[in-house]
Amino acid sequence: MTKRDLIDEVNKRFPHLSRRDAEVIVNSIFDSMVSAMEQGERIEIRGFGSFVVKHRRAREGRNPKSGAMVSVSAKRVPFFKVGKELRLRVDGKGVGDKETG
Amino acid sequence: MTKADIIVRIYEKVGFSKKEATDVVEATFEIIKNCLEHGEKVKISGFGNFVVNSKRPRRGRNPQTGDEIIIVGRKVLTFKPSHILKKNLNSVSPST
Repeated sequence: MTKRDLIDEVNKRFPHLSRRDAEVIVNSIFDSMVSAMEQGERIEIRGFGSFVVKHRRAREGRNPKSGAMVSVSAKRVPFFKVGKELRLRVDGKGVGDKETG
Repeated sequence: MTKADIIVRIYEKVGFSKKEATDVVEATFEIIKNCLEHGEKVKISGFGNFVVNSKRPRRGRNPQTGDEIIIVGRKVLTFKPSHILKKNLNSVSPST
């Protein structure tokens, strides 16, 4: 499923919305999550998961091919931790039977 | 940021009622979850891909007792961030 399919599906479930509205909504959801992460903010979506931004310190690395030393600058990386409900559903443990895993 | 903050953004932007914005945001996440539950990957351009991977069963040990146990095969969800997202996170603070 791509973002376009997701927009189509939202549009199908809310027939009174225009396709354009559905597009704006889906884009706004992800845009707002991106800007929160840019601010270094943690995002928590109940039943889905959480996103955090982790800091990686600058380090000396090696080019694995040539063995030459390269300096890798400090960077921020996004990290996702799946929420409990979704973790169980993906593993085929269903929505209802909580507290089994 | 929580789902409530996302909902506020939506109704400010689209001019929906709070109720309507809540329904649409909930539905959007539910659609994604449904898709992943069926093992299908979800690709959001500019954000990242959510992919379901199958883990084979393997032998492990209980680190506390040292007992050997079988870790059952299972399906796990991984998120691979888009390079655009990674770039955006690093364009705010200048790199050395």
